[in-house]
Amino acid sequence: MNAQQTNETNPENAASGTYYQFLEISVRELLIEKGVLSEDDIRIAVEEMDSRGPERGAQVVARAWVDPQFKQSLLQDAPSAVKTLGLDIGPLQLLVVENTPDVHNLIVCTLCSCYPRTLLGLPPDWYKSREYRSRAVREPRSVLREFGTEIPDEVEVRVHDSTADLRYLVLPQRPTGTGHLTEDELSALVERDSMIGVTVVLETGF
Amino acid sequence: MTTAFNPGDAVQVRRGSPPGHIRTPFYVRGCKGRIERIAGEYRNPEELAFGRFDAPIVPLYRVRFQQNEVWSEYHGNPRDTLDVEIFEFWLEPSNPEKT
Repeated sequence: MNAQQTNETNPENAASGTYYQFLEISVRELLIEKGVLSEDDIRIAVEEMDSRGPERGAQVVARAWVDPQFKQSLLQDAPSAVKTLGLDIGPLQLLVVENTPDVHNLIVCTLCSCYPRTLLGLPPDWYKSREYRSRAVREPRSVLREFGTEIPDEVEVRVHDSTADLRYLVLPQRPTGTGHLTEDELSALVERDSMIGVTVVLETGF
Repeated sequence: MTTAFNPGDAVQVRRGSPPGHIRTPFYVRGCKGRIERIAGEYRNPEELAFGRFDAPIVPLYRVRFQQNEVWSEYHGNPRDTLDVEIFEFWLEPSNPEKT
């Protein structure tokens, strides 16, 4: 790797005025100048992207916890199942992987930062960091421990590297002692990190 | 869709190092695993990256590797796995007896 790559094309060093920032500004201004897009189109798209959080993913998880039939179809054909909740995920090729007492799943994209944005919003910075991307595949149990998640030795850890066209969502285990909660109350328990697989869902506050 | 491999087949990732936009991570090249599922078919991203929008449509698989096969110093349950999406042209059949 030469000096130019290190300083200008490494996304970890995204200081002001990197190569890719100039490229983005140039392309954006050209698209506006040529009338392909308006400034409003871009602003609305950015606002929509920024406003999206992990709530939709949590809604999917809570439904799977209360409706075994939905859960089954979610695991078999996630895009169709998610659409029955009225959620528009576009052409997303979604695969839902289920945590069980015997299996814990963890999602990473080692090549860039592929992430189910239509269900979880923008990925957190650590998900895009070189450290997470390189270590999650190589020493997942240590990474999990740093997130406060201790996976017993007898439980199988399955890491999924999102390298091509699929996007992943972890279906966490429903915490015990939540049988009395409504679907909405359950979805409030489901945090973003548990759907990436770095944490588990805990029964808190009820 | 015609695919060269079926779920359960033993495969090995080619050791190639072509230049360009490659979606096969370096760390699994040469590794042996099994087809976990056929994940559909897509235009070859390695061609799309160069603006060849009529790139050939190729099957994509999820290949499951044992962590011990990928990392010689892996710490954890020996049944821990790593699933990676890999396009067909990166895979060769592998003799499972030799894994």
